[in-house]
Amino acid sequence: MLNHFRPAIVLFVLFTALTGLAYPLALTGIAHTLFPRQAGGSLIEKDGKVIGSSLIGQNFTGEQYFHGRPSATTDTDPNDSTKTVPAPYNAANSAGSNIGPTAKSLIDRVKDDTAKLKAENPNAPVPVDLVTTSASGIDPHVSPAAADFQVPRVAKARGLGEDAVRELVAQHTEGRTLGFIGEPVVNVLELNLALDAAAPVKTAPAAPAAPAADPATAPANPAAPAATEAGH
Amino acid sequence: MTLNGWVQILIYFVLLTLITRPLGGFLFRVFEGRSTLISRVLGPVERGFYKLAGVDAKAEQHWTSYTLAMLVFNLVCFVALYLLQLYQNLLPLNPQGMSGLTADLAFNTAISFVTNTNWQSYGGETTMSYLTDMLGLTVHNFVSAATGIALAVALVRGFSRRSGKTIGNFWVDLTRCTLYVLLPLAIVAALFLIWQGMPQNLSAYTDVSTLEGAKQTIAQGPVASQVAIKMLGTNGGGFFNANAAHPFENPTALSDFFQILLIFAIPAALTNLLGRMVKSELQGWAIYSAMAVLFFVGVTTCYWAESQGNPQFAALGIDQQASSLQAGGNMEGKEARFGIARSTLFATITTDASCGAINSWHDSYTPLGGMVPLVNILLGEVIFGGVGAGLYGMLAFAIAAVFIAGLMVGRTPEYLGKKIEAKEVKMIMLALLCLPLANIGMTALAVVLPQGLSGLSNAGPHGFSELFYAYASATGNNGSAFGGISANTPFYNITLALSMMIGRFAFIVPMMAVAGSLVVKKHTPASAGTFPTDGGLFIGLLVGVVIIVGGLTYFPALALGPIVEHFSMLAGNLY
Repeated sequence: MLNHFRPAIVLFVLFTALTGLAYPLALTGIAHTLFPRQAGGSLIEKDGKVIGSSLIGQNFTGEQYFHGRPSATTDTDPNDSTKTVPAPYNAANSAGSNIGPTAKSLIDRVKDDTAKLKAENPNAPVPVDLVTTSASGIDPHVSPAAADFQVPRVAKARGLGEDAVRELVAQHTEGRTLGFIGEPVVNVLELNLALDAAAPVKTAPAAPAAPAADPATAPANPAAPAATEAGH
Repeated sequence: MTLNGWVQILIYFVLLTLITRPLGGFLFRVFEGRSTLISRVLGPVERGFYKLAGVDAKAEQHWTSYTLAMLVFNLVCFVALYLLQLYQNLLPLNPQGMSGLTADLAFNTAISFVTNTNWQSYGGETTMSYLTDMLGLTVHNFVSAATGIALAVALVRGFSRRSGKTIGNFWVDLTRCTLYVLLPLAIVAALFLIWQGMPQNLSAYTDVSTLEGAKQTIAQGPVASQVAIKMLGTNGGGFFNANAAHPFENPTALSDFFQILLIFAIPAALTNLLGRMVKSELQGWAIYSAMAVLFFVGVTTCYWAESQGNPQFAALGIDQQASSLQAGGNMEGKEARFGIARSTLFATITTDASCGAINSWHDSYTPLGGMVPLVNILLGEVIFGGVGAGLYGMLAFAIAAVFIAGLMVGRTPEYLGKKIEAKEVKMIMLALLCLPLANIGMTALAVVLPQGLSGLSNAGPHGFSELFYAYASATGNNGSAFGGISANTPFYNITLALSMMIGRFAFIVPMMAVAGSLVVKKHTPASAGTFPTDGGLFIGLLVGVVIIVGGLTYFPALALGPIVEHFSMLAGNLY
């Protein structure tokens, strides 16, 4: 048995140097030459400031923006570090709800969210992805049905025609890759950036429509404070 | 279910079948010690490794020596990873200032990565420093995968060699697998994934002010280098807490498609390697076919169940119908870009194999949808299975199948030219019986202890499923979870680690004994009385044995969890 220790230790050290240092460091170097945007996290800049990543969803609550899916992410409670508080779209602590289909808490939450959405748009059935939490808690996408459902609210808040908003949604709907891979989706952050460019809220007639952090419009955890302060 | 969903599943399967033979041929060259295209570059590295380690590459090992070498290597791996996690706060490449892990969490994670389980009691972006990700988790993704593949090849040598004494050299198999197979494939895979949007950097997390002016901290890091080998080696331990559901760990539907191909690539190719080594590729395709049948049963059930959605939602006026505008179905805990078809395909594949990565939370699946991953794990992860582990697991069932066939006709069974006798059958039964001991036994313990029950996040039968899934996943070295369970407690960290060790090593050692027992036997040429193991009858028998052994063992436990929950859900009961 003892004669196995030399090869075990030496080979372990060599593999560690090769696959634990050389491999990731070389890849980091190559990636920054070949795919600098992706390797750096697909960050989006606006007016010279980084405002997010095109792959990471944000917690939109204002009426003038399209909202993403409910998020079950949490953060450490600032008052008690052993507890957590809801913090939707916390990109430093990805998580899902992990609630089962027969849980009362699931049905209660979905019932509340559905009632709010029906009040906002009584004319259409509520698309299921608008009332279910995503797996990552930072899903950047919604289904085209979920975007379409929100068009009347956004159009009203921006003072735009519904057709104009629908046109923008259509432009930002990504089809299936190669025609068959995945599902059609709308990237919410990119759509909202396009909305801001097309019809800035400040000049729109319905500007004061939405107090930005109105808890009633928060999609995920109605009781949650909007803060997504992510601790280090 | 939609036509497009089925097109995706079928194209996936066709692509997998197409790469099986070429990759199998490449693996054959590597493990037969022949030179390959990349030997010119890596040959000197390989010889240098042997020289420094004092390994005589020509010296072959008896099965006991081979197994002991593997165990010593795993011990060294465990100690190194345990210490690295405990003291990561004192080491460089820690821009977020992560503290050292608690002893029980470090123990659990070290066992988890050494046994190729990659259970996530740890939280990913909230727990691990970049150095631990690279020097710890990434390295063990490579070597635990190489260990599994080496063991499978050693077992196959037990069949393919005639009247031999030795089954190969562990150090050589380990080194050649890592250098020639895993490393080159991981580099190509990582570059593809980065192109699709996966980060690969060493910067601190990015603080941004969002479009609405809120603060958001975006976790990043050396993701691609870890994820490429995580999938290729069927490891599955995530860089992020949300694993392959995280948009950085699985940015697009195409990256997802690529990752599920990576999971099955080597396990599928190993069936072809088996065929080539025993000089009849048909034998490999027979095993492949049995696996494929079980794969389709799983994915069909899971896809159907999740497409049905949640009956409670229908009453609320929520639209769960699939259409051109939405995937529909049960979307709780799933990502929009994957929808139902790709979430359930991933869930089936990750539990057929012992991967355990997830792109949706199995805990939020409908009862029958969530039962599919659970059953896949309980069947022993032999549906393509983990790298190496899937093949040696399926060979255990194949031995059981020819044994049963032999009993029916009263003739000593043979498999791949070797007589199967009492010793082999005893050993595979020992291996197969260790698994229920570790998963059902531990579940029973946790169900009666307050430390076990306090970890559950769901009530009613779903809570039992959560618990049972945890020990099934640990024992099966899978690593996926009904993620609501709070497993980062000393009780769970330690009992789950024990299950992982039993599931890995108490299975491997008897299987290596089988290899040692078979290798000394003479080759028995096929005669008119030999049960052909390359045809439809054998495939059917093998599928039947896998299902019957699994069914008899686990049906009562499944009845207490997902099955009762299903009827409860239809009756409208909530917990």
